Amino acid sequence: MSEVFIYDAIRTPRGRGKSSGALHEVKPIRLLSNLMRSLAERTQLDTSRVDDVVIGCVSPVGEQGSVIARTAALAAGWDLRAAGVQINRFCASGLEAVNLAAQKVASGWEDLVVAGGVESMSRVPMGSDGGAWAHDPEINVLTSFVPQGIGADLVATLDGYSREDLDAFGAQSHCKAAQAQAAGYFHRSIIPVCDELGLPILDHDETIRPETSIQSLASLKPSFERLGAMGFDAIALRKYPQVERIAHVHHAGNSSGIVDGAALMLLGNAQAATTLGLEPRARVVATALTGTDPTIMLTGPAPASRKALARAGLEANDIDLFEVNEAFAAVVLRFMSELTIPAEKVNVNGGAIAMGHPLGATGCIILGTLLDELERRELRRGLATLCVGGGMGIATIIERV
Amino acid sequence: MRSIRYAIESGRAIVLTLDAPASSVNLMNAGFRTDLHEALAAIRRDLQAHPELQGVIITSAKSTFFAGADLKALLGVGPLDAADFFREVEAMKADLRALERLGKPVVAAMSGSALGGGLEVVLACHHRIVVDRPGLEIGFPEASLGLLPGAGGIVKTVRLKGIQAAVETLTESRRLTPKQALEMGWVTQIVTHEDALMPAAFAALEGGHCTQPWDNPKHRIPGGGPTNPSVAAMLSVAPAMLLEKTRGNFPAQEAILAVAVESAGLDFDTALRIESRWLTRLATGQVSKNMITAFFFNLNDIKSDRSRPSAEAARMTMKLGVLGAGMMGAGIAWAAASRGISVVLKDLTREKAEQGKALSARLLARRVEQGRIPPEKAQATLQRIQATADAADLRGCDLVIEAVFEDAALKAQVTQEALAFANEELIFASNTSTLPISELARASHRPENFIGIHFFSPVEKMPLVEIIRGRQTGDAALAKAYDFVKQLGKTPIVVNDARGFYTSRVFGSYVNEGMALLGEGVLPARIENIAAQFGMPVGPLAVLDEVSLKLADDVLHQELDAIADAAGNRGHDHRHGHGHGHDHSHEHGHGHGHGHGHDHAHEHGHEHDHGHGHDHAHEHDHGHGHDHGHREDQGRRQGRRTAPRSQRMAESAVYVLEKMAHGFKRMGRAYGGGFYDYPEGEPKRLWPGLVAFSRAARPISDTDIRDRLTMVQSIETLRCLQEGVVRAEHDANIGAIMGWGFPAWTGGTLQYVHHVGAPRFLARCKALQAQYGDRFAPPAILHTLAEAEHDRASAA
Repeated sequence: MSEVFIYDAIRTPRGRGKSSGALHEVKPIRLLSNLMRSLAERTQLDTSRVDDVVIGCVSPVGEQGSVIARTAALAAGWDLRAAGVQINRFCASGLEAVNLAAQKVASGWEDLVVAGGVESMSRVPMGSDGGAWAHDPEINVLTSFVPQGIGADLVATLDGYSREDLDAFGAQSHCKAAQAQAAGYFHRSIIPVCDELGLPILDHDETIRPETSIQSLASLKPSFERLGAMGFDAIALRKYPQVERIAHVHHAGNSSGIVDGAALMLLGNAQAATTLGLEPRARVVATALTGTDPTIMLTGPAPASRKALARAGLEANDIDLFEVNEAFAAVVLRFMSELTIPAEKVNVNGGAIAMGHPLGATGCIILGTLLDELERRELRRGLATLCVGGGMGIATIIERV
Repeated sequence: MRSIRYAIESGRAIVLTLDAPASSVNLMNAGFRTDLHEALAAIRRDLQAHPELQGVIITSAKSTFFAGADLKALLGVGPLDAADFFREVEAMKADLRALERLGKPVVAAMSGSALGGGLEVVLACHHRIVVDRPGLEIGFPEASLGLLPGAGGIVKTVRLKGIQAAVETLTESRRLTPKQALEMGWVTQIVTHEDALMPAAFAALEGGHCTQPWDNPKHRIPGGGPTNPSVAAMLSVAPAMLLEKTRGNFPAQEAILAVAVESAGLDFDTALRIESRWLTRLATGQVSKNMITAFFFNLNDIKSDRSRPSAEAARMTMKLGVLGAGMMGAGIAWAAASRGISVVLKDLTREKAEQGKALSARLLARRVEQGRIPPEKAQATLQRIQATADAADLRGCDLVIEAVFEDAALKAQVTQEALAFANEELIFASNTSTLPISELARASHRPENFIGIHFFSPVEKMPLVEIIRGRQTGDAALAKAYDFVKQLGKTPIVVNDARGFYTSRVFGSYVNEGMALLGEGVLPARIENIAAQFGMPVGPLAVLDEVSLKLADDVLHQELDAIADAAGNRGHDHRHGHGHGHDHSHEHGHGHGHGHGHDHAHEHGHEHDHGHGHDHAHEHDHGHGHDHGHREDQGRRQGRRTAPRSQRMAESAVYVLEKMAHGFKRMGRAYGGGFYDYPEGEPKRLWPGLVAFSRAARPISDTDIRDRLTMVQSIETLRCLQEGVVRAEHDANIGAIMGWGFPAWTGGTLQYVHHVGAPRFLARCKALQAQYGDRFAPPAILHTLAEAEHDRASAA
């Protein structure tokens, strides 16, 4: 098995995922192809040596349809020999792309692979791709489908996280992100989005609100109460009868934001790096996937992380920093409690509550953020993990070299 | 063609008259299917031979146009018959498809109801004309029997009216009036008189229109198909909304939704085939058998008076006396007056009697407000109720029902008071829910005319009435009670006399099991949720709060007293040791309801005017429930060792009941709280103090919890059957469903044994008995059922 190295990681800033968001005017194909152009430029990449471009995208229809990875490579003017594939593992697609790229390289059958993801949630809304899980009544019933927010509220109910606990976490996310942004910690990775003439459109994460506090979040209405009352709570309780009623405690301020964005990472074996003159930044140590109950849906990070740690022969306290996707505040709180991890090791520069969760790209983004921060702090190992739709979990462990 | 008369009329049209031989209705049975196939061949031949023929008219010789599927045959369709059944359905549909693609107009001329398969025959016609007659019903009742409209009913309704309207109408088994059916697209024309029907049918042939909308390539589904964004948004929520109602226990409703959605995205003929496959799934499954058994055959047995003495002539009740104008008495007075029966409503004072009459005034005012009845009619109904304090006003009554407090002495007193003014013919009934009728009958010098008529609360909503035949009750009294219940538009079941009769006894087994589980340390939310998931309208703890723990406690003490009596070791001070000699502060009757489970009456414990409150002085330091340790009752304390131990309740249930009622003094909702708290303006919440019952017990699986709460009811039903308390399957099943809301999908407590499979049920009982106690011991009759089922299986 070849060793797999990360050579670079870049991303767009994340724009508010509405028509008022800065990136709404940018086509998803351009979010991605311009980023590919930037990657090639800053690494002096001979794109003819790229075996594959693996791109995560969760709503791969309409503007994001038809294998956006290949279309973007062509639009970016990359060598025709650089192939492309679009993958979907719901919210983990961006990290799945990295893991799959790492596995391709590790297998020895490919040398240099670009991984990443893209999602313009303002232009191709969540759920645009339909699917049997939610939209086929037979399968919907069979799988006890509930929207993720119901699962998040169920996690909070089962674990006893109060609205205040979650709001405190949400406020922290903004606070940490604001500090990191002000201190320029994201500069190394963020590639400003420009129009085709090079005129700037957005150069920073758009949704961070430094003034956020528990008090300011207190007025927000629960997001999933109404859906729950329509019948989804009852479905969840079919599997969790020990719960009298679900406390609806998640809302827009303690859940991940809907945003537009893209990310890329360059991975390869040692030989490719030598040939191309690339400097490795980190090594991929282990990857893992797991499945859990799809109804509560969001409890995958801990078992996936345990699996990755076991594969790497490591313990949780061998990890210096964690990135746990802030899909919902309760997901991160449960992860920390399950693996007994101190808060100061987790999402040290904020997360998706503050900066948003562009579904297809997030996994790649947080792994890049983790790598930047390990370097800045001169630490060794990091673990990135996400909860995944359908009840899955994913984790990746990296180590600086 | 025995079931179809075939004729060419006026040289213009082929007229098919549906007229099944030796039957009052037309059914979609094997004979009809064959006949339709032959008719089609004849039609093709004649249309070819006589091009001047304008088309086909289908009409019926019966009072209903077509009654639908042959349910008896469906009961015999098992999993092994799937291939044959599917083939038959497809063949039938091929013929209906051929009919609508003849190339000549086909007209349905309906002067009577068309339901189920009958409506599907109609929908194979291009023109669908109906007479606008009151009572004429058009619709698909399949879902209410665990089936779906499988001969094009779903696919066509979706294409006529859109996914959402089709799903709503079909999952709820709605029966429409001709006007509503026109709106749905099921019929295309209404005529006001029967005389106009055939002329309209012939006129419809004139235009020559003979293409169904779904065969028009430009046809679009109203509201859009499943990929339409607004439909798609609805689709992910629709199953949850459905499951909120069905708890996932009604496969037919889920299937209808699935077929409606999938069919909308497919071409017509593939859609029809999908529909056939789903019908086959339902028809070969068990839930449709359960529902057909209960809601067709069992209900028909009741409608056709199977439990009524057949030799007795019909007896209308003209003038009814009601003793006691509390919630139950007032409700009975309303039920009778609203059906045209004169009522004398008597209580201790005129004022109390008027308070009871006021219920009818309120209900009538609401109906007038809703425009359901004219004010004059409301006035006339109200005037039928005479509120009085004078027993002499009971003169001339042909039926008297007492609905006073649940106390034998008081009941004896009012019985004798009323009988003083009675003629020889008078039938006297007690609306007791627990006291043995044969004992109450001692108060009458004509016990053969004494009977139990047990109404459920609230009377105006609950459809069931349990008639209890005492040991000496005569056929005349039973016939009178039976006819009276039917006169009220309610459903009678007939049971024999025993403690708790049938419904209270089996219902009691359910709530007692809930308390037993709590006492064993199971989280109360689990108990309540698992009961709800099975389909019980209300969890056992919630329903106990509604009927009051005081009632449960009284029943327990009655039982223990009876046991002590039987053992001959009861001291004289016992009765008063309970402190509830004559101070009953509740009426009887359950507030748990079928179909409106959250709409309970809370009459228990409301009426303190007769009493001085319940004055138990229990000790609470005893760890075990069967220890009743009344301080003032040394006799009981001594007797404890020699028995009083409930035979119905597990020790852990008695423990919970005693602890709640006397330790925590939480007697139920009417007393300010029980297992739940009832915060003002908020939903009730489980009382946090129940944590007192939690303990590190051995874990009990969800399956065990479900089976204990539900199978215990079937076991108790089997015991009732074995003891002769219940005599017939229909009384057992319908009583369970309509009485205390045992879920409809099971077909009732007895049918549920067959749902599980009697041999499996037996094995499960044995396992539960070994683990949880003798109340799960299989009654002998279960062995008999299991053997019979086993024999049938090996024969097949």
